[in-house]
Amino acid sequence: MPLNLFEQFQRIANAYFLFLLVLQVIPQISSLSWFTTVVPLVLVLTVTAAKDATDDIVSKRVFFLCGKWMNVQVGDIIKLENNQFVTADLMLLSSSEPLNLVYIETAELDGETNLKVRQALTVTGDLGEDVEKLADFNGEVRCEPPNNRLDRFMGTLTYAGQKYPLDNEKVLLRGCTLRNTQWCFGLVLFGGPETKLMQNCGKTTFKRTSIDRLMNVLVLCIFGFLAFMCTVLAIGNCFWELNEGSNFTAFLPRQDGNEATFSAFLAFWSYVIILNTVVPISLYVSVEIIRLGNSFYIDWDGKMYHAANDTPAEARTTTLNEELGQIQYVFSDKTGTLTQNIMTFNKCSVNGKSYGESGNDQNKVDFSFNSLADPRFVFHDHSLVEAVKLENPEVHAFFRLLALCHTVMAEEKREGELFYLAQSPDEGALVTAARNFGFVFRSRTPDSVSIVEMGRQRSYELLAILDFNNVRKRMSVIVRSPEGKLSLYCKGADTIIYERLHRSCSKLMDVTTEHLNEFAGEGLRTLALAYKDLDEEYFNGWKRRHHEVSTSLDGREGKLDELYEEIEKDLLLLGATAVEDKLQDGVPQTIELLSKAHIKIWVLTGDKQETAENIGYSCNLLREEMNEVFVVSGNSPEDVRQELRSEVSPIGKCFPSHPIHFFVLIRGSELAFLRLACLCKAVICCRVTPLQKAQVVELVKKHKQAVTLAIGDGANDVSMIKAAHIGVGISGQEGMQAVLSSDYSFAQFRFLQRLLLVHGRWSYLRMCKFLRYFFYKNFTFTFVHFWYAFFCGFSAQTVYDEWFITLYNLVYTALPVLGMSLFDQDVNDAWSFQHPQLYVPGQLNLYFSKKAFFKCALHSCYSSLVLFFIPYAAVHDTVRDDGKDVADYQSFALLTQTCLLFAVTIQLGFEMSYWTAVNTFFVLGSLAMYFAVTFTMYSDGMFLTLPSAFPFIGTGRNSLNQPNIWLTILLTSILCVLPVVTYRFLFIQLCPTINDKVQVRQAKATPPPPPRRTRIRRTSSRRSGYAFSHAQGYGDLVTSGRFLRRPALPRSSGFSHAGRTTTSFSPMGRSAGYSPTGRPQNAKVSDVEVTSLQMYKTIRDPAL
Amino acid sequence: MGEAKGKSGPSARRPDNSAFKQQRLPAWSPMLTANTVLPFFYFMGPFCVLLSPFDSPLSFQLDYTKAGSCDECFEMRKNVSKAALNCFCKVEFRIEKAFKVTNAPLKQLRGDVFFYYGLQNFHQNLRRYMDSRDDGQMVGRTTNLKNPSTYCEPFIKDQKGLPIAPCGAVANSVFNDSFTLSYHGGSSGPAVPVPLLRQGITWYTDKNIKYRNPKDGNMTLAQVFQGTAQPRYWQKPAYELDPRDPANNGFINDDLIVWMREAAFPNFKKLYGVLYRAKKPFIKGLPAGNYSVDVSYNFPVQHFRGRKQVVLTTVTWFGGQNHFLPIAYLITSCLTLLVAVVLTVAWCKFGKNGRNMEE
Repeated sequence: MPLNLFEQFQRIANAYFLFLLVLQVIPQISSLSWFTTVVPLVLVLTVTAAKDATDDIVSKRVFFLCGKWMNVQVGDIIKLENNQFVTADLMLLSSSEPLNLVYIETAELDGETNLKVRQALTVTGDLGEDVEKLADFNGEVRCEPPNNRLDRFMGTLTYAGQKYPLDNEKVLLRGCTLRNTQWCFGLVLFGGPETKLMQNCGKTTFKRTSIDRLMNVLVLCIFGFLAFMCTVLAIGNCFWELNEGSNFTAFLPRQDGNEATFSAFLAFWSYVIILNTVVPISLYVSVEIIRLGNSFYIDWDGKMYHAANDTPAEARTTTLNEELGQIQYVFSDKTGTLTQNIMTFNKCSVNGKSYGESGNDQNKVDFSFNSLADPRFVFHDHSLVEAVKLENPEVHAFFRLLALCHTVMAEEKREGELFYLAQSPDEGALVTAARNFGFVFRSRTPDSVSIVEMGRQRSYELLAILDFNNVRKRMSVIVRSPEGKLSLYCKGADTIIYERLHRSCSKLMDVTTEHLNEFAGEGLRTLALAYKDLDEEYFNGWKRRHHEVSTSLDGREGKLDELYEEIEKDLLLLGATAVEDKLQDGVPQTIELLSKAHIKIWVLTGDKQETAENIGYSCNLLREEMNEVFVVSGNSPEDVRQELRSEVSPIGKCFPSHPIHFFVLIRGSELAFLRLACLCKAVICCRVTPLQKAQVVELVKKHKQAVTLAIGDGANDVSMIKAAHIGVGISGQEGMQAVLSSDYSFAQFRFLQRLLLVHGRWSYLRMCKFLRYFFYKNFTFTFVHFWYAFFCGFSAQTVYDEWFITLYNLVYTALPVLGMSLFDQDVNDAWSFQHPQLYVPGQLNLYFSKKAFFKCALHSCYSSLVLFFIPYAAVHDTVRDDGKDVADYQSFALLTQTCLLFAVTIQLGFEMSYWTAVNTFFVLGSLAMYFAVTFTMYSDGMFLTLPSAFPFIGTGRNSLNQPNIWLTILLTSILCVLPVVTYRFLFIQLCPTINDKVQVRQAKATPPPPPRRTRIRRTSSRRSGYAFSHAQGYGDLVTSGRFLRRPALPRSSGFSHAGRTTTSFSPMGRSAGYSPTGRPQNAKVSDVEVTSLQMYKTIRDPAL
Repeated sequence: MGEAKGKSGPSARRPDNSAFKQQRLPAWSPMLTANTVLPFFYFMGPFCVLLSPFDSPLSFQLDYTKAGSCDECFEMRKNVSKAALNCFCKVEFRIEKAFKVTNAPLKQLRGDVFFYYGLQNFHQNLRRYMDSRDDGQMVGRTTNLKNPSTYCEPFIKDQKGLPIAPCGAVANSVFNDSFTLSYHGGSSGPAVPVPLLRQGITWYTDKNIKYRNPKDGNMTLAQVFQGTAQPRYWQKPAYELDPRDPANNGFINDDLIVWMREAAFPNFKKLYGVLYRAKKPFIKGLPAGNYSVDVSYNFPVQHFRGRKQVVLTTVTWFGGQNHFLPIAYLITSCLTLLVAVVLTVAWCKFGKNGRNMEE
């Protein structure tokens, strides 16, 4: 507790009040009784201490959560089990899988959804699971110092006298998740803040709002102004003492024979005490309380609660609320934030006919004819099933292609229960679609693929896989059917496939192109499918050359590409598929609404350009009318600089594509980039590392002086969440990293609109109203003292009763203004959504700025003049209706303070636009409280108990029964209100603000119905919807035979879900899951036998 | 925050759907529309006229600082060594219009004509002056009588070290001129002394609660005050202030109480007496005619360039003489009407058609 006090006095505001207290102890200076400062100070310290205490408890709880990993040190060996998070940078020692492979998901690190493979050194892999051997492991690792490069690691392991090189492939970084691997052992290389992820996290800085900073500036100005006023009054005192005071010494001898100058010096400090209310002690506490209250509203908001995973919104920081109403830039992650990371097969075009319509559950296609169908797959177009049943050859070929041309693995533990393990979710969706339409991919060996075609088991000989890569943008398989027919099946980007089509397809091409455009317009990911029959002889020749090339040493890649190019031509078009990368609910609507509110949205993702672009279209960020899409993709710093310079007026998006060069760009031509990016309507940065995300945010913060918000869900977003003014984490998912470093968290991206347009706007409005009114009431209060100084010989006499000074801020005016700042709403939430422009004043800082503050001070000046001179003129020469005194100091004090209280309360009434019962109670209650307290303080009993503390005895009774007094109070109130009403009314008539307009409309009409969530349809466009989250290299794996089914190990059932069953993981994974129904996967645990095919993302038992 | 409060089940953390938590409390949203603002202004204008009270009370002021024979006394008071000497002077004046009392019941025998003394440029509101008193002593606490509060500095003890009662600068500087008002009839007839009630001129609470004499058994006031000194500028001790009325002595002396109620501004007037209307010719107030006031001139004002006055006024229903409020209300009412017209014009030209309200 004493420590807490010490800390509190370190805050400059509290130190200032302590200083005031010290001043008051000096009798020559003390112009107020000690309690006028002590009572507020004690109250403020108590409230702050209570708040600190609760904060402490919260942070201790977080600390406890982290405790499990606290003791991990460099050199420790750690055992990890399936689905566990890696929480330190580890060197992989051994794993449960053959060849010491482990499979990891790096979505938390880079946002990519496919699984990645890491492989331990053979020498360490031999240690196996033997704990004793592992404990005896005695090697030396030399590696680079901690750094933030996620894609690079260099080091050497010295073990048993031998040196082994270590690279990125041997290292598990913090932030990865172990998948499909029973266990693995790792040696801790870096722990805690030295891990690459944490190095990428950026600095944790104490965030302050712009209002906070403005407030600090203003408080400094006020200090200056206070000093100025005190100087004026001290000079006045000096002159008065010289001219008048020296003549008055007969009645009031000077203290210790002090001279006028010294008296002026004392007067200066006395006035510092009296006028200190311009910097009110309760300001900071009230601001904290208001923010806390508005944070609670966020926690309580039922419309930001996500029932699916029982996650309410949470305001983790309670000091940033009003900044939510000033956001100009939103930086969003893609995977898991905008998208659900779930793919569904939605539409297709076969032989010039488009299939697939959205529909409701009633007309779901019945797949019962197919015993192997996945019951969770949903399709709404019956005509496609009919076509399959009618044995339409093109349709059959279409699905045959989907069933054959892929790198998916199948698992069948029991007859008819199939599970697909797909490396990319897109493929999983396509293969499952084929499965349901009667072309069931059943199993594969390195050289064959078994499928069930309309109930008939057929085995195709797999002759070659022409693997996918980002340049080819397609993959092909060459198979021999059971009848002996050789065919090449190819799927890939429409643009790529079209270049390789046979001339005879041109008609079909046109039709399909139309369909593709339609799909692309809906933001679906498209692939074009084509095939060709091969000549046996030609193929044999090709195969031979292929073998030669494969074994050649130099220029293999290029030569292989040439070979592939050669055979993949004169294809016959089959059709196209459209897979939906399921967005989170309401993302397009949210983005549309936010952009109407003049909020610029930038998507920063580590993912590939195509997928990012595709999502950009599907979530309405990129629109068809943005026809000047501009891609920055230079491969060298010079190229990038050139591209940035050459572009004149781009509308669209920028893709600084390659991480390394983007890095250079940040350093070299950041301003050019920024200038360009800010001209764009939408910006998407792909292939950015976590740290670069933060750099982009910093860049905008620094050069645009804009308020930024970053939203993300994974560990790769932590850096930008910390860098932005406001960080928002998507909660309710596996990773907690983003949430833990965020300021606000909620479960769905669409809640962002409510957070900003409703809570943010209200918070900002309330805070500004509060500050304006608070400064007004305190300035008015204080300036009256200033005017009185000219009548009391600058002797630092107060105008009001000391008790009134003590209680004015704490009791009489505290609750009404708090009530306003907690309940006020100019327009309700429905209208806020209806008129997103309402958000713009916040971005422009219109409600509270230096100008507004200055206006506020002028208004106070006027009010204080009225409040001092009207009572002065009305009372100075008058008497009561029985001739007795009413111009005495005590009556005047009571009169002025009553006038003041009425004036500021009425002013509050004009500020308040939302009178709830609570507000009314607070306002009237405070007035009643004032009279109750005043009459108590002025009562006989109080005086007789402590005569010197309550000298105002009887003043209330003797002066408030005078008509004169009440006429004066009424007059001051009228004169204070008159200009305000006139000014505001004229403004509303002549140039109404958007708030006024919406308020008028709100008063007239019932709130508009919430906008229906309709799928936004776009006009067809000439662009490719191609996107495929696939990685290179899986074709080789499939054919290499490296993963022949290994004997199943005896192990406990349900093992593979070990990580899922713990409560720390929510079942809603962000992993590259695929669910044909769009529902979260992995919700049900099934008894899956682990097979050799574990490098694939298991599509086991998708949830029902 | 947002903790589950003992609930369980799939929606354990769902926030309460209460109007307060969802910020849907029913509320009244007033707006400044033409329908409310304009009628308000048109109403306020006439209303303010009604409130401006027209019947201004009568008032007469006489500055006697150097008037008439008081000039000599003024000069004499300049000399501090002659402070103990008495000085009497007389000022004559004429009241042109009778101070007629209309609405006070005769039975009360108290008129509504009040006699004040006024001081100008005397700062009773200086902070140190105002603080220099001990309410504890004046409410009759015997401990404070002998040990006055340090607030009374520098008038706590006299040269001999005896505690001063009443202590402090305020009591020390009590106004000590006394007046006798005489009526000389319509012409220069024989002087009739104007009867003034010298009591009941304080607030009830002051006389009965705030100021009390110290009591100690059956001792007389003088005995109780034994061991205290009179304030430095006083010519007699507190317990001998009013030789005619023993109950008007000590701390509960009316003149002392009136003085102790410090004025808010440097120019002030304090009640000295109320016209006693039992006898002719004062039954209906002060008649017009010649008057003189005899002053026992004690209070020195030349030090602070002050002026001394005698003020005679009547009162009305809303209080004493007040030139300001009626005029202020009249001006306010004119202003309100003017603004109302301006606002009406502005509304008709711009606001009425609602074009500005469109986006």
